[in-house]
Amino acid sequence: MTAPLEARAMGSSIERLDGVAKVTGTAPYAWEQPVERPAYLHPVQSTIALGRVTGIDTSAAEALDGVIAVLTRHNALRLEDTSDGELAILQDDAVGFRGQFIGGVIAETPETAREAAALVTVTYDQEAHDARLSADRDDLDAPDQVNAGFPTDTVQGDPDAALAGAAVVIDRTYTTPAEHNNPMEPHTTVAQWTDNGLVLYDSTQGVHQVRRALAPVFGLPIERIHVTSPHVGGGFGSKGLPHSHVILVAMAAQLSGGRPVKLALTRQQLFSVAGYRTPTIQRVRLGADREGRLTAIVHDVVEQTSKIKEFAEQTAVPTRMMYAAENRRTTHRLARLDVPVPSWMRAPGECPGMFGPEVAMDELAEACGVDPIEVRVRNEPHIDPESGRPFANRHLVACLREGARRFGWEQRDHRPRVRLDGDWLAGTGVASSTYPARSQPGSVARIRFADGLFNVSIGAADLGTGTWTVLTQVAADALGVGVGDVRLEIGDTALPKASIAGGSTGLASWGTAIAEAGETFLTKYGTEPEDGDELEAAAPKNPAADEYAMHSFGAQFAEVKVHRFTGEIRVSRMLGVFSAGRIVNPRTARSQFLGGMTMGLGMALHEHSVMDPRFGIIVNHDFAEYHIPANADVLDMDAIWLDEVDEHAGPLGARGIGEIGIVGAAAAIANAAYHATGVRVRDLPLTPDKFL
Amino acid sequence: MEAEIILHVDGSRRALTIDTRTTLLDALRDRLGVYSPKKGCDHGQCGACTVLLNGRRVNSCLVFAVAQDGAEVVTAAGLAEGGNLHPVQQAFLDQDAFQCGYCTPGQVCSAVGMLAEADAAQPSYVTEGFRPEDSPAAADLDDEEIRERMSGNLCRCGAYVNIVAAVRQAAAGGSGA
Ligand code: FES
Ligand code: FES
Repeated sequence: MTAPLEARAMGSSIERLDGVAKVTGTAPYAWEQPVERPAYLHPVQSTIALGRVTGIDTSAAEALDGVIAVLTRHNALRLEDTSDGELAILQDDAVGFRGQFIGGVIAETPETAREAAALVTVTYDQEAHDARLSADRDDLDAPDQVNAGFPTDTVQGDPDAALAGAAVVIDRTYTTPAEHNNPMEPHTTVAQWTDNGLVLYDSTQGVHQVRRALAPVFGLPIERIHVTSPHVGGGFGSKGLPHSHVILVAMAAQLSGGRPVKLALTRQQLFSVAGYRTPTIQRVRLGADREGRLTAIVHDVVEQTSKIKEFAEQTAVPTRMMYAAENRRTTHRLARLDVPVPSWMRAPGECPGMFGPEVAMDELAEACGVDPIEVRVRNEPHIDPESGRPFANRHLVACLREGARRFGWEQRDHRPRVRLDGDWLAGTGVASSTYPARSQPGSVARIRFADGLFNVSIGAADLGTGTWTVLTQVAADALGVGVGDVRLEIGDTALPKASIAGGSTGLASWGTAIAEAGETFLTKYGTEPEDGDELEAAAPKNPAADEYAMHSFGAQFAEVKVHRFTGEIRVSRMLGVFSAGRIVNPRTARSQFLGGMTMGLGMALHEHSVMDPRFGIIVNHDFAEYHIPANADVLDMDAIWLDEVDEHAGPLGARGIGEIGIVGAAAAIANAAYHATGVRVRDLPLTPDKFL
Repeated sequence: MEAEIILHVDGSRRALTIDTRTTLLDALRDRLGVYSPKKGCDHGQCGACTVLLNGRRVNSCLVFAVAQDGAEVVTAAGLAEGGNLHPVQQAFLDQDAFQCGYCTPGQVCSAVGMLAEADAAQPSYVTEGFRPEDSPAAADLDDEEIRERMSGNLCRCGAYVNIVAAVRQAAAGGSGA
């Protein structure tokens, strides 16, 4: 068992080690990797949502000067394993959603590839598709389990009887729309087949996961797939697992005469083939006594998946551990539709799943005449209500209290719609935040002493998360040396295997491997190693994970102004207070918390992928129509954290922070908007029309 | 159709033959290997591709290269002459005004261009009065002006709070002049 690390480099706000490369634009992302004589791929996508391709006429495209080949199912590589319906493209004539890849053009230049792709004519045998999500459908279906392996439904006690006997009942339906991750760097892959197999420069949250996912699909041993990804321009879950564009470009590279082929999805293409957050319909029922003490919580979620591949978001999972109540039920039901495949987006489960319940808690507070912070404090569980285990460092109340003090909550007049500032109605709101503190075992770190430096390598990823910097800090402490004595390498399958940058597990999982390797290295070679001394070590499992319920917590505070005539809404102030164990680098951590809160502001006010069910297409598929926060949307925003070390969180004492910043943010803003206007909006986003 | 043009990119003279459909962004990236400007949308909607074209900030994905024969192009790589960061870049580092870095070269070029606009008395949407004489100089821009003037550059990592702090720092140092 690895000993807790003594923090010397950890905890200091060192500048990002990749910072100079980032501010000059010289850090190479996937498209920018050096390759010889690349060819360019432009995809052909289906224009129907369901049916069969009856013909593809490629003659005009092939006749165009500069076209190298046109890829269709007739010349596409046969895949060995087609069990993943998202990845199994170009294997038959079936179309499962609008925008699915059915071909592509490989050409000498991107302009030619795009022109030729437009010249490919496709005929279809179209079938009636179904792309309408509703809670009233009679074919809603319970998946075997939900994302991350959680049970689909849970029940404790007798929630129906408790609701029937409760003094106060809140029974409301809340909805969150489909949203798209939209990392600023589009999904990009450069592929080349060589004598050694398949070489990919990919924009991914996990090089090792890419090759593990692709190896069976192509029928290759994993050593014959080499993936490189040193810098990633954001991912937010959508680059967690390879999507079908990676298959398409690998197929194209088989037709290019050995040349590397480059593919960057256009912003529009990304809306159908790169994953998104499912829309959710959440019925939340709370039963409580007159003081706001919960006796029953019921959270029933309806969401969608694609018929070609199941993804079941674990939306109701946070309800299982958040508050105390004797009686509780959570359920997930899926509408299986002819739509693009949903996937992970920042805090799947917790992010949408804390919207309904945290607005419901605000409604409960109002119904009982209790302060919204107080109602949460009154329902603080002493043990995890689901597992019965003690919590490791549950500091929700401390976050709420600290935030209240700093935000000026004490002076709050709880009455809605009583504050007018010019023509702007003002209000404040609060919501709780939480995210599980998981780490994944099995990551391996290698340490080699050479050229007077400790070379630390692990196939981890930096999506803007600060991995280059914080893992260097961890390595320095693990070896008892300075940050300048460490040279880190990440982002390549040639490096030891690392778990994925997802689920806020990266730091704890990779850092534990580095801590273990550091301890072993010092034991074996001492503090004066010789050139060439080298070893690898794997992260052990954290034994505390079986004894404790491990979660991070937070409190989100928002102040909003809503224009009383136009309904325009502005978030004038936001504060997040988080409890996440040790903060390894306060500078990068604050950025990450603020980034999550900013995305939460987008969820609250702007983000809505609008499905036109008549055509099965997301109609607002670019940044002009799918709004994300711009600079002018973010006013006074700050994030702070409790000063703590989580002694149960492994040798670093740190829990991941990539996701918790978004959780609860939209609920806090919606609650503030109610306080401002007296209008309770239960359907995101909070667009102006909803306040008029 | 092809055309021959000359571009002066980050101080070097580059001659190239291009497809007339090629954008300045693609000419820089795919023809000249100048990868500092990024492609986020290819539609003029994100600002990741911002460069300084003859001294003004532009979305290079909205400019045809063929129309820019003889033009002077400065990217974020070119702002850091001889390894010395431009004060705006230093401020971005000091304030941790980025995470993934993909929008960052565009933000940096945009900030440099924006500070010059302010010093040239160009008002913004939030300038009270909206006349040149009402427009604050770079060093006097308040946060509202900075936010408004930087809103053409999206950042999905949500680094805006720190971007505003960085631009404020750089503006106070007079680097935009
Ligand atoms: S790539 Fe030019 S504005 Fe987005
Ligand atoms: S730093 Fe990632 S998009 Fe701005």
